[in-house]
Amino acid sequence: MAVIELSGVSRRYDQGPPALDDVTISVEAGEALAILGPSGSGKSTMLNLIAGLDRPDAGTVTVAGVRLDKLGEAATARYRRAHVGMIFQFFNLLDDLTVADNVVLPAQLAGMGRADARKRAASLLEALGIARHSGAYPGRLSGGQRQRVAVARALMNKPTLLLADEPTGALDSASGEDVRKLLIELNGEGQTLVLVTHDEKLAAACATRTVRLVDGRIATDTGPGIRPLGPHLAASGVPHGADGRTETARFDADGRRGVTL
Amino acid sequence: MSSLSKVVRSGVGRRRVQTVVIGLATFMAVAAAVLAGSLLVASTAPFDRGFTDQHGAHLSALFDGTTVTESQAAATAAASGVAESSGPFQVVTQTPNLGEGGGGDGAFELQPLTIAGRAQPTSGIDKVSLSDGHWPTSDTEIVLTEQIPLDSKLIFKALPGRPTLTVVGHARSVSRTADAWVLPGAIASLTSAGTKPGYQMLYRFTASATVSDMDTAKAAVVAAAPSGSMLGSQSWLTVKEAADRTAALFVPFLIAFGLLGLVMAMLSVGGVVAGAVSAATFRIGVLKAIGFTPSQVVRAYLLQALIPATVGIVLGVVGGNLLTIPVLAQTDVVYETAPSVVQPWVDALVVVAALGVVSLTALVAAARAGRLRTVDALAVGRAPAAGRGRFAASLSARLPLPRPVTLGLAQPFARPARMTAMLATVVFGAASVALAIGLTSSLNLIETARSHDKAQIMVSPMKMGPPEGGEAMGPPVNQQGPPPGPFDEGGPDPAAVTSAIATVTGTKASYGVLSAPATVAGVAAEVDVLAYRGDPRWAGFEMTEGRWYATAGEAILPTPMLKATGAKIGDTITLTVNGHNISVRVVGEVFSTQNEGMEVFTDLTTLTAVIPKVTPTEYYVGLTDGTDATAYANALETALTPFSLHANVNPGGHSDTLVAISTLTGLLTLILVAVAALGVLNAVVLQTRERVRELGVHKAIGMTPKQSVTVVLASVFLIGLVGGIAGVPAGMALHGVMVPAMGNSAGVRLPAALLDVYHPWVMALLALGGLVIAILGALMPAGWAARIRTATALRTE
Repeated sequence: MAVIELSGVSRRYDQGPPALDDVTISVEAGEALAILGPSGSGKSTMLNLIAGLDRPDAGTVTVAGVRLDKLGEAATARYRRAHVGMIFQFFNLLDDLTVADNVVLPAQLAGMGRADARKRAASLLEALGIARHSGAYPGRLSGGQRQRVAVARALMNKPTLLLADEPTGALDSASGEDVRKLLIELNGEGQTLVLVTHDEKLAAACATRTVRLVDGRIATDTGPGIRPLGPHLAASGVPHGADGRTETARFDADGRRGVTL
Repeated sequence: MSSLSKVVRSGVGRRRVQTVVIGLATFMAVAAAVLAGSLLVASTAPFDRGFTDQHGAHLSALFDGTTVTESQAAATAAASGVAESSGPFQVVTQTPNLGEGGGGDGAFELQPLTIAGRAQPTSGIDKVSLSDGHWPTSDTEIVLTEQIPLDSKLIFKALPGRPTLTVVGHARSVSRTADAWVLPGAIASLTSAGTKPGYQMLYRFTASATVSDMDTAKAAVVAAAPSGSMLGSQSWLTVKEAADRTAALFVPFLIAFGLLGLVMAMLSVGGVVAGAVSAATFRIGVLKAIGFTPSQVVRAYLLQALIPATVGIVLGVVGGNLLTIPVLAQTDVVYETAPSVVQPWVDALVVVAALGVVSLTALVAAARAGRLRTVDALAVGRAPAAGRGRFAASLSARLPLPRPVTLGLAQPFARPARMTAMLATVVFGAASVALAIGLTSSLNLIETARSHDKAQIMVSPMKMGPPEGGEAMGPPVNQQGPPPGPFDEGGPDPAAVTSAIATVTGTKASYGVLSAPATVAGVAAEVDVLAYRGDPRWAGFEMTEGRWYATAGEAILPTPMLKATGAKIGDTITLTVNGHNISVRVVGEVFSTQNEGMEVFTDLTTLTAVIPKVTPTEYYVGLTDGTDATAYANALETALTPFSLHANVNPGGHSDTLVAISTLTGLLTLILVAVAALGVLNAVVLQTRERVRELGVHKAIGMTPKQSVTVVLASVFLIGLVGGIAGVPAGMALHGVMVPAMGNSAGVRLPAALLDVYHPWVMALLALGGLVIAILGALMPAGWAARIRTATALRTE
């Protein structure tokens, strides 16, 4: 079942060349899609369109059954609350809020009760190993810890999709490895993941499918499949088959797979 | 192009929001400052300014046309001490009726007018200022000082041929040499049969500063004219005294508004420029990183602030002048002076001051940023200073309110200086509103108490119009009060009249009054004794001290009368009325400014004890709620037929000055509220722009446009609320100082009741005024926050 469907999507900024040019792609629930390509190839534009942060000039974008190109701003915001968790290269945490307050924010904006939101945030922080930092301000955490906080925030509303824009781009190698494992683990538990990166190693480690963009067009697409068991996964502890491959996780009729986190 | 100018050009061009905000803030600050400065100038010796502008007459003298020839009048210009003269102008005094175009049908009689024949208004002494319309161009046209509508017809019924003149203009003579002007050729048709017009001469003297100087100069003029030919004269010192008394009433009010405007303008522009430069700290870090020296940085940012500020200043001067014109027009009505204009030096001073404030604040902010280490400047630009606002954010996150609200509530605490400036702006705005509401309420109460004329119906021997069903007309307000009564014969039986009034449906209360001229030993001026039959207190009287009279022989006096007689409450004074000495004991001080406060209020029985036949000459009737005054007057007219009395709808309580001051208050309050709201707008625009990336994050995690609006509006909520709560007592305190000061200037003590205008519900509403100002200012940036695309916001540096 396709969670993401882009059909004939084009996007052009001002009078420049198209950032995306007639892109058609379908992503199944539970896939881990890596979007690769050089700078200016349209990776971030594609991610923004899937996240509902931007609208196409042509074509349709459907995510979890919702036609994003038809939505107004308020409906798009509600769509994001329900279906999208985002993590950014520079974390985009709010510096004047504590870790816990950052994490509960999406749930509070969605109207979740205070106690429930705090409870879920606490369990997420615990699961991600940063519970002891819940009262700290982001500025006092390491890059890896901050990205874990960002992941916790992204997962707060149990999103259909986890979108990651260069999630290890601002991290040292140890922290990057840490985040890599986390993403693999999440996808292993059924979380659909769309990853935009320059980092071939990250893509190879995390993705079950890789799309390469060049000048706004899909140059190569490995198609839905399985994540090769590389050294990263082997060390991650993520469950995998005896043949050394991990199958794309199963999902429910809504395209959601409740993560255990 | 040098690297510095490139930086400046790109800074101005690319950082458009900052550029626009600086330009806008400077524009409105300069416009407000021009208005405020002009008000201050207009409030500084308005009579003297008008007198100088009009080249006023130190003495205007009227010579008897039957005993003096034109050349004899003109010859008085050669008298000792005369420096300059104008005239002779032919002058007549006539009483017209108001015809078509003025709401009359010819039946309504106006006040007697002193009409001067002058070919043109602006030559020689007493250059009369036209406020609208034009100077007469034919013998059937007339210009008035009274605001009777243009194109109204004045019918002079008592004159041969019943000449009718059309009102073609309104003019003001600071020297008050006439009530109306016509071309010299029209005087003949306005001269009563068998009489001759008088000759008016206007003089300026070499020495005129003191009463003694004027006495000497006048004596010289009298000596130069045929004996006994001078019918009357008017010294500029007398006119000045009266004008200054009127102006003094309003000077504190206009000065306060002027100063409020100036302070708010400076706060606004200073805060915005400092905020805009501070917001560019990251860019300053980049410039330093690529080799700019601190002094180049300072110069670059000074210029970046000055370029939009200069545009704002130029537009502000133009806008300020346009804004000031109608305000000064109202001020002129209040001060009864010549039309004021914006003084060029006010514009120049405001320009210099605005450039100074912009330069200074930009210099200080840029110098501070320039002194930062490059790495710190870069870090500061990337993230707010650590710790700022965190406590507030943490605290607000725990409030049981929707999260967008609590996010917004905490925002201002991240920028304490800006929050303080915003708060001060709102406090000043709220104080202005509180002051304006208080002033308007007090002025209305003062007017009611001053004229003590709340009765809707006036009964008198004269029919004053209007035509049935028409708009109420009546005697001019400065002619309020009944005419002197017939002491010896008496009038209709008061009991019968009162009974007749009581029989008409809609009567709520009534009283009769007799006005009798009197003298009091030691008081030079003639005094009005107002003797009442029935209790007139419902008509709007307010006691300053003591109590209302209770029995015959008791009286209450206004402040000026008490001062003039030197009497205190409890003392007895003796009035001489129509040759009869009547002693009254003063039991109270009442607020009244009619007849310059030279009045005595007592019961009619005080007079009838000595002069038994006196009766009221006028009756005043208060109507029950919902009664139509015109219909009632028509019904009462029938009931009063046997008494030869007429029922008129009472136009009392109308005052041009009160209307002008209310208009002025409303206008100035609107302007100050707009300045305050714009101050908030500028600050919130900067705040929202600084937090645009944060806004992007919020949106990325699901914040709806409505929630974005809520965040921005909530960010000014506390400032608005606290500003309102702090501003109201400030405005009330200002009111408590200003209104008594206005009363003192006018020589009266105001009753406490006239100051007690802030009821609890009014205060509660006023406190919300600060919130309204803040919300008004935040609406536009809130809309922008709602509209901005998430991806754009996330990309914004």
